[in-house]
Amino acid sequence: MIPDVTQVGVEQLLTVVQGLAEEGCRLVSITGVDAGDAFELLYHFDRELRLTHLRVRLPKGQELPSISRIYFCAFVPENELQDFFGIRVANPVIDYGGHMLLARESPETPLVKRERPEGAER
Amino acid sequence: MSIVRWARGKSPWYFHYETGSCNGCAIEVFALQTPLYDLERFGIMNTGNPKHADLLLVTGCVGYRSGRVLRNLYHQMPGPKAVVAIGVCALTGGIFHDCYNLAPGADKVIPVDVYVPGCAPWPEAMIDGILLAAEKLRGAPVARDRRRLVEEEEPPAGGAGEEGKA
Amino acid sequence: MPGQSVIPFGPQHPVFPEPLQLRLVMKEERVLEAVPALGYMHRGLEKLAETKDYAQNVFLMERVCGICSFMHSLCYCQALEDLMGIEVPPRARYLRTIWAELGRLQSHHLWLGLLADAFGFESLFMECWKNREIVMDLCEATTGNRVIISGNAVGGCRRDLEPSVLKEIGRRMDDLERGLDRVAPVFQDDPLIKQRTVGTGIITREEVIRLGAVGPVLRASGVAQDMRQLGYAAYGELDFRPVVETGGDSYSRLMARLGETYQAIDLVRQALRRIPEGEVLPKVKGRPEGEAVSRVEQPRGELLYYVRATGKPQLDRVRVRTPTLSNIPPLVRMLEGCRLSDVPVIALSIDSCVSCTER
Repeated sequence: MIPDVTQVGVEQLLTVVQGLAEEGCRLVSITGVDAGDAFELLYHFDRELRLTHLRVRLPKGQELPSISRIYFCAFVPENELQDFFGIRVANPVIDYGGHMLLARESPETPLVKRERPEGAER
Repeated sequence: MSIVRWARGKSPWYFHYETGSCNGCAIEVFALQTPLYDLERFGIMNTGNPKHADLLLVTGCVGYRSGRVLRNLYHQMPGPKAVVAIGVCALTGGIFHDCYNLAPGADKVIPVDVYVPGCAPWPEAMIDGILLAAEKLRGAPVARDRRRLVEEEEPPAGGAGEEGKA
Repeated sequence: MPGQSVIPFGPQHPVFPEPLQLRLVMKEERVLEAVPALGYMHRGLEKLAETKDYAQNVFLMERVCGICSFMHSLCYCQALEDLMGIEVPPRARYLRTIWAELGRLQSHHLWLGLLADAFGFESLFMECWKNREIVMDLCEATTGNRVIISGNAVGGCRRDLEPSVLKEIGRRMDDLERGLDRVAPVFQDDPLIKQRTVGTGIITREEVIRLGAVGPVLRASGVAQDMRQLGYAAYGELDFRPVVETGGDSYSRLMARLGETYQAIDLVRQALRRIPEGEVLPKVKGRPEGEAVSRVEQPRGELLYYVRATGKPQLDRVRVRTPTLSNIPPLVRMLEGCRLSDVPVIALSIDSCVSCTER
């Protein structure tokens, strides 16, 4: 349903993003989704009011390269990924270490889906 | 009552802290100062410094980080003081009571004297609550004493902003 | 390092209505670096949204932010309408436009007042907020509440407005415009305001896109981009052109917002003239499945919702990307090199809304 999605491997991510930056795209945000054995990351870019997306499948436990050297503003959503999903991001410009939004007492990685017992659905 | 006590309820200054919800209530507290509601007609004024304040207005549901700041600010206020919790989030957590980052209700963190329910409460209701708290400063038993947390509790170490190091 | 000091600005500071902290690394009076410290208002709303069903979530999304509450529910409903293939009736689209512009009017008035307050210009602050009460009255008259106006439902609007009420909105818009005419020249020409805003917190056109700025911050640097150009709700049928300024400083951001305030009055009038008759809330059947992205223009800029559903009443993931989240990196750049005494006005000039940001 989302138009204009390109599947990108983790290793090509930086090259593709560099290309988009040179075209003058604006980074809108990064959305993370817990998809079972991996995280699905959706990079939203805006080009003259049209959205372009990159979809990255990141196996759990693998490190994510930071695009914050290309887009400075990426440090905010990347730190959110660290907070919410416990994804390790390699060296963002500003690193809050998983505590940008979460306090010391907060539960860790709150948006990772936990196993629910059978039939507990609502 | 003594003249000091009588005078205390005449012109209490309030200090407002938003602990983190939708800030609809926080903006309504701001609106109290403006020409339509004009809280100053009761001699009640806003101050940005907790040490000048007699009343603490709390809006929003209390999260872990803001709870520490709130407790710190409360302990900086000189007595006698009263706390008004405004909005359903400050009362019980409201729609957010199931959220993982919250203590449900400001009264889990500091003692609250007056509760003003609503989402967001009418400014008139807020004025009513603030006036009740002003009465309390004079020593009138308007609200049930809910001081579950002792006043003498040590304030937490460090300044209001020591959390969240980058 | 010698000669440097770190000043924590906030979390409780008189210029911010909400807790936000900026750690300012200072060399004498100059800011070398500003690092935002967030998390004072984080609730965990995205998690909560996964536990409720999609219709209940509308009420939750209204409470992401109390200032732009209507836009949040609008953006969320649009995402779901896209997922479920619902056609929104024309009258509902116009009502949404009217409420959205009323929301923008009260938000911009609020900001203009806060800015005046940051200068210590008390009477101007009072004047702006007095005008704002006109809009608040209209919100109350049309929905029964001042802050959380709860106008949206998935598929349309929760209430219809009587012709007499629509007429009253038009009449009050005239009052509002007169009130705005009184304060606008002060913001435009007052030498004190100019002294504090012209040339401070400059951000150039080249930087602003790389930094991901949105809304008036983006448009004040000369980029004509406004999500209303996408034509959601009834904007596609109204005469609309984004307000653009080119200076990139605090003054341009002020002028952009002032221009948008006048424009919002105009858009309400246009919508009132063209609103068609008809139903406002069709019956909604089925369950959402798939993923959708929706964007609207909030008073502070572009708001993005990403919704993913798997055919259950509960949604799999709701992502809220609020405009302030995007405007924080530009703020960090604006503050580099400015004087400590300019920090409050520059920080205010992005119109930060922390409760949106941290959800």
